[in-house]
Amino acid sequence: MNTWFKLSLSLCGALLGACEGPGNQAPATTAAASNSAAPVAAAAPAPAAKVADTGPIKVGILHSLSGTMAISETSLKDVALMTIESINKAGGVLGRQLQPVVVDPASNWPLFAEKAAELIQKEGVAVTFGCWTSVSRKSVLPKFEELNGLLFYPVQYEGEESSYNVFYTGAAPNQQAIPAVEYLMSPKGGGAKRWVLLGTDYVYPRTTNKILRYFLHEKGVKDDDILEKYTPFGHSDYQTIVAEVKKFAAGKPTAVVSTINGDSNVPFYKELSNQGLKATDIPVVAFSVGEEELRGIDTKPLVGHLAAWNYFMSIDNPVNKQFIADWKAYVAAKKLPDGEKRVTNDPMEATWIGIKMWAQAVEQAGTTDVNAVRQAVAGQVVKAPSGFDSTMDMKNHHLHKPVYIAEVQADGQFKVVWKTEGPIRAMPWSPFVPDSKAKVADWQYPWVCGNCTEPKFKTSLAPVAEAAPVK
Amino acid sequence: MGHMARRGMRWASSFLLAWLCLFAPWAVSAARAGVDLAMELRAVAGDDSEQAAQAVERLKAAGDPAALPALQAFDDGNLRVDAGGNVFIKTKDGLKPAAPGGAAQPAGSLKTVEPDNTVRRALLPALAALKLTSPDRDIRLAAAEELSKRPSDDVANMVKTALAKEHDSAVKTKLNLVIAQLDLASEDPTRRINAIELIRQSGNIDFKADLERMVGKGGNATPSEKDPKVRDAASAALSSIETRVLLIGMVGHLFYGVSLGSVLLLAALGLAITFGLMRVINMAHGEMLMIGAYTTFVVQNFFQKNLPGAFDWYLVAAIPAAFCVCYAVGVVLERSVIQFLYGRPLETLLATWGISLGLIQTVRLIFGANNVAVANPSWLAGGYELLPGIVLTYSRIFVILFAIVVVLFVWLWMNKTPVGLRVRAVTQNREMAAAMGIPTKRVDLGTFGLGSGIAGLGGVALSQLGNVGPELGQSYIVDSFMVVVLGGVGKLVGTIAGALGLGIVNKLLEPAAGAVLGKIIILVLIILFIQKRPQGIFALKGRAAEAG
Repeated sequence: MNTWFKLSLSLCGALLGACEGPGNQAPATTAAASNSAAPVAAAAPAPAAKVADTGPIKVGILHSLSGTMAISETSLKDVALMTIESINKAGGVLGRQLQPVVVDPASNWPLFAEKAAELIQKEGVAVTFGCWTSVSRKSVLPKFEELNGLLFYPVQYEGEESSYNVFYTGAAPNQQAIPAVEYLMSPKGGGAKRWVLLGTDYVYPRTTNKILRYFLHEKGVKDDDILEKYTPFGHSDYQTIVAEVKKFAAGKPTAVVSTINGDSNVPFYKELSNQGLKATDIPVVAFSVGEEELRGIDTKPLVGHLAAWNYFMSIDNPVNKQFIADWKAYVAAKKLPDGEKRVTNDPMEATWIGIKMWAQAVEQAGTTDVNAVRQAVAGQVVKAPSGFDSTMDMKNHHLHKPVYIAEVQADGQFKVVWKTEGPIRAMPWSPFVPDSKAKVADWQYPWVCGNCTEPKFKTSLAPVAEAAPVK
Repeated sequence: MGHMARRGMRWASSFLLAWLCLFAPWAVSAARAGVDLAMELRAVAGDDSEQAAQAVERLKAAGDPAALPALQAFDDGNLRVDAGGNVFIKTKDGLKPAAPGGAAQPAGSLKTVEPDNTVRRALLPALAALKLTSPDRDIRLAAAEELSKRPSDDVANMVKTALAKEHDSAVKTKLNLVIAQLDLASEDPTRRINAIELIRQSGNIDFKADLERMVGKGGNATPSEKDPKVRDAASAALSSIETRVLLIGMVGHLFYGVSLGSVLLLAALGLAITFGLMRVINMAHGEMLMIGAYTTFVVQNFFQKNLPGAFDWYLVAAIPAAFCVCYAVGVVLERSVIQFLYGRPLETLLATWGISLGLIQTVRLIFGANNVAVANPSWLAGGYELLPGIVLTYSRIFVILFAIVVVLFVWLWMNKTPVGLRVRAVTQNREMAAAMGIPTKRVDLGTFGLGSGIAGLGGVALSQLGNVGPELGQSYIVDSFMVVVLGGVGKLVGTIAGALGLGIVNKLLEPAAGAVLGKIIILVLIILFIQKRPQGIFALKGRAAEAG
């Protein structure tokens, strides 16, 4: 009898370990590949280099196509392929075609790092577009820094980071989270006095909520009026949490700030509507829920709940019309699953901007060399579907973006209820967090640093006046 | 010419003024009903949501029932505005002007106007205030309920008039509560005490903050209430409400625990049969759940395409379909792989794990890697408010009832049918059963098929609660094994106890420890429990127990 139980227990353990199963493909393949490639390179080194200069430019795409994040990331892969295809149709970059290399890290964070190394070392990609969750970005970051790769990261994130090897085309907290909370505090937004900070348990929600807590303290909200809750990835039972939110909300106007990520959003919103939590009573503002995530949910009971992004599909301007038309045409031409029902969203727009910017920078630099392209990306301007010119900041590797706050409509689209007058400059280091207040992200001389309180180089030149923040 | 016209206008307006003065008493109310309404509706349908909210407020204060159809249409998304700013209501018979005397036909392109939260916060109380005179008792109750959420002074008179006419006690209670909330700020201490008494009776947690403010608790340094008598009443009401909230919380946690337990039970029941009775470590069990959920998805799509009228009943059809599909998959699995591996647990484990990966990949190829959407039928959407503060959602209630039915079915099958008798005989002593002429191979086949079929039923239930994707089974297999091991192998009652125990303990821990830490604590507790009592909660007695 006993053996049975030992067996079944060890089995449970084996299962827990097995979750990381697909990730165990060792990076040994990289070594094998370089070995086999070595004789060729040795025999004819000069022509090989020449071929590399005229042949296609390899571009890495690193998004989960399976697992809990596939709901969000699959469209980013598709829109990246669409943008690359349109660049190729227009003659490519530097007269060379772009060749996308798509890999699937399967929502498995260690696998992200392996796949990133594979892209840079084995495939020799000039640039990588990828990652959604911050934990996946944190996982690939050392690889990109160690191998001097170039990553364009297209999703809003928690800030508190600035890497020489990453360009952030999504929003920093001051371009999404802070304005959203300010809106909910305003009379128009419902004048919330109590706050529920609800998230998936990993680095992005934890850091965002830390910043928000400091921000709320600054606004005079006491700790008693803040409830912070986390659930694991893929959590599907939100009964207790929704009931607790209701209890906490009694008597004072309350708002929920949701940083729940991935497919947990479906059971969360289902529970919200089933328990009859209306947006007029307790509005929920989400930072990771857009048009794509709402596609699988009946949105009628969710009308009025909010999302904060830098782009919505419903924004009306010629660039966005073209973007949506291109996307619909691409979906139809490639017969992508769900065809007509496919939508555009903020990270897709950010992916699109990132690829355009990189292509412009390569044209300007005249080479795909990472060091040269990095210099050229700063200051690039792209006419974005958000209705404004998106500029890459000269210093901090982040985009200047407008902020929109919008309400869910019955048809699964969003209606904008508040927006900034124009693009806002990103602040990767939050001024509300004491530890990072003094930090500066500035990759220009004499700073050349993403995480410093004083410049790396001493210069006798007069300091360049800080450009006024774009408002 | 223009000059003449202007003078004519002036003459006409002064005449109108005189005429108005003559008939002042009813002319004013006519103006409010007609002209004002059209004006305000223009503002309501305008682009500025703050002005729209103010217009709605004014319509509420006027209390004119003529505004109700337009406001209701606004809330339902049936309000249209034409190029000239005229407002129309979309009905089944076409467009109707929203205000009497408005333009009959729209000019130019029509636009749908929908409220945002700013407007909706004004709109809902306005609708409620206008509905207080409705002849339908349920509508009045809902209206009173809405008003009690955010009472404002301008509805006080309307509520008092409605209260005088009201006969229904439930509506009366709610209306009294509205007045009570407004009376809390009254000058008269006896009115305040009466209001507190009403609030105490209602036991509604929403008033906790108000009471706390009065007695100076919960972050309020000084009590806002000066009168000690009133303050005593308030603190008594506060403690009464707090006790009630505690009680309600316990009932809530119990329900959530039972609900989680029933999910675990449905997931583990099939495993209890294959692992508990047959000693087959079936790692592909989770995939049976997944196949059951995907069968529900396919049935749903079939209904959507071919029987849209009966769409709400697709779930009923999905239940036998999922059972049959999973039964068939289970039978194929048993015949092709497992029958050769009886008595070799390690090989079975590895083989079924391989099968599980194969099944996941197959589903991925057929349906794609992304989750698929399984909608709740309309009769499972929403919930029942047991007490203020606890909503039992219909989908959870359905899963609990479904689990009970499935357990009953399994119990009857095991204990009341000849097949069940044979299964028990084979479980207890395979050689002896074979010697008695029981075809053990066929019994194995049937039992494994049944276990898989039950897992398919679990999949139907899971599709109503969470996501349906290729990895669905992976997240339940560990929990399923925990339930079976904890409950005691080979005992139906053990599986039930294990599932409910895990569910309730999990939900009791969750509020205190959080969802993440809660899971870890549960795992540690189970390991400790198995150390102390390796046979699980319920031990199988007799020869079979030693044989293992």
